[in-house]
Amino acid sequence: MQLLLGIAAFGAAALLVIVLGYVIVRGAPALNRAFFTERPLPFGVEGGGVGPAVVGSVILSVLAGVLAIPIGIASAIFVTEFRSGRLAPAVRFAAELIAGLPSIVVGVFVWAFLVRGLIGNYAALAGAIALAIIMVPIVARTVEEVLRLVPQSLREAGLALGAPRWRVVLSIVLPTARAGIATAVILAVARAAGETAPLLLTALGNAFFSTDLLRPIAALPLQIYQYAASPYDDWHTKAWGASLVLVGVIAVLSLALRLAIRRGAR
Amino acid sequence: MTSRTADRVFTASVMALALLVPITLAGITLLIVLDSLPSVQRFGLDFLVTSRWDPVHAAFGAGAYLFGTLVTTTIAIVLAAPVAVGAAIFLTEYAPRAIRGPLAFLIELLAYIPSIVYGLWGLFVLVPLFRAEIDPFLQRTVGQIPVIGALFSGSIVGTDLLMGGVILAVMVLPLLVAVIREVLLAVPSAQREGMIGLGATRWEAIAGAVLPYARVGIIGAVVLAVARAFGETMAVTLVAGNSSTTIGPSLFTPGYTMASAIANQFTEASDPLHFSALVEISLVLLVVGLVINAAARLLIRRVASGPQGLVI
Repeated sequence: MQLLLGIAAFGAAALLVIVLGYVIVRGAPALNRAFFTERPLPFGVEGGGVGPAVVGSVILSVLAGVLAIPIGIASAIFVTEFRSGRLAPAVRFAAELIAGLPSIVVGVFVWAFLVRGLIGNYAALAGAIALAIIMVPIVARTVEEVLRLVPQSLREAGLALGAPRWRVVLSIVLPTARAGIATAVILAVARAAGETAPLLLTALGNAFFSTDLLRPIAALPLQIYQYAASPYDDWHTKAWGASLVLVGVIAVLSLALRLAIRRGAR
Repeated sequence: MTSRTADRVFTASVMALALLVPITLAGITLLIVLDSLPSVQRFGLDFLVTSRWDPVHAAFGAGAYLFGTLVTTTIAIVLAAPVAVGAAIFLTEYAPRAIRGPLAFLIELLAYIPSIVYGLWGLFVLVPLFRAEIDPFLQRTVGQIPVIGALFSGSIVGTDLLMGGVILAVMVLPLLVAVIREVLLAVPSAQREGMIGLGATRWEAIAGAVLPYARVGIIGAVVLAVARAFGETMAVTLVAGNSSTTIGPSLFTPGYTMASAIANQFTEASDPLHFSALVEISLVLLVVGLVINAAARLLIRRVASGPQGLVI
């Protein structure tokens, strides 16, 4: 029995090694300088790269983070620090439910609200907002866990010294929890960086370099999808290459996450 | 500004930002309900049970998509749940302390790999492997048994319902292992010690005392995995075939899931009714997501909060 259970556990872990192995072995041949700096070229033309997608993914992630992090931290503060009333549980429950929604549903919502409505066309901004909606619950729930670990006596000490509530939260509670907050942010960015489905309906993708937030923008996951769904071998290699870049970024982020957690534990 | 007004301003701004969360959820629900109304009014319940999806003649029934989602989700759970329970038991009860952490970490990392990368891996690694080796093997062996054999009948293309289910199984595995492990860790050690004190072996203690205690939580974990598999889009879109709208017993038929239908057709839907029908599919995904998550969280909370977990 123990053997069977061991096989299950090691088999599951082996899956990770297998998937990563394929991404590295098949992706590495695609990587060179042009791959990062050039734009995708039509099939048949030598060379070309995923430059616009790299730029687009960075823009989308940063913008989504800027939108999502304050909202996520504010809801965590609201749930843990201002526990009065029935609104706090409502915020918490809403965050849990949004976290459980399929990301494509978020995409459909942002399409209806922004792409068709307020903005009027596919746009980087819509993509960033879709990613932000996915990030907020992750930030909110992780930060909430951390804020609960801040000892109550610290808050009481601050209040006893005559500090107003806002100073206690901003100068005592948040700094104490900073390692945990960093963890939450990295976790959310790592998750958002790989999201594809909502971007299909919002950012759309773009074969050219673009920094215009009101126009369609490229993103690595979209580029992988386009390359993978094509019938050309050269594009398949590029899809593996782009996957290697994406997985590499996420791996760096999750290593940073481990370090942040270790430092927080000390 | 006195500290009192400062406090009011701070509280108000924190509250305003925090309330964006429930407002967003309400907005998502409202807009999706409104946009799916034309399709709901036109097709009613037929939408879910008929499978004629014909944009040219404005006839929309999502039955085949619903079928594809249900089949791939079922395959995913059937394949992943036993492995996840086994891995979680190994990690909490058997594994030596030294490998416990690293092993759990590796399995956890599976959750960080983006869906699109699983799709790529499935399409270019698993699909050729299944087409050349595993599918013909299944057809030769299990396929010869009456009744069950129908599941593995028909011609083999590789990108089919079975493949969609297999890739989903890999994707829900880390979630299942993580949640089941939490649940097993929450089982009080007195449960194990009591059983071992009565002379039971380690496995008897797990089967007789730990698993029954954790049962509700494990069901909760499986339910969460169902929710995840239900709405998963990109990987399945790449490997499940996206062509057939027929409903049959064979897992070797190319299938089409609800989420893939949205991803593939949304940007091309020019007819308002076609668009509304796609939004109605996302309404189904939304409702299933909300209901399942609320239910699963209640189940898991129940176990985590102590001995009431024994009930049911």
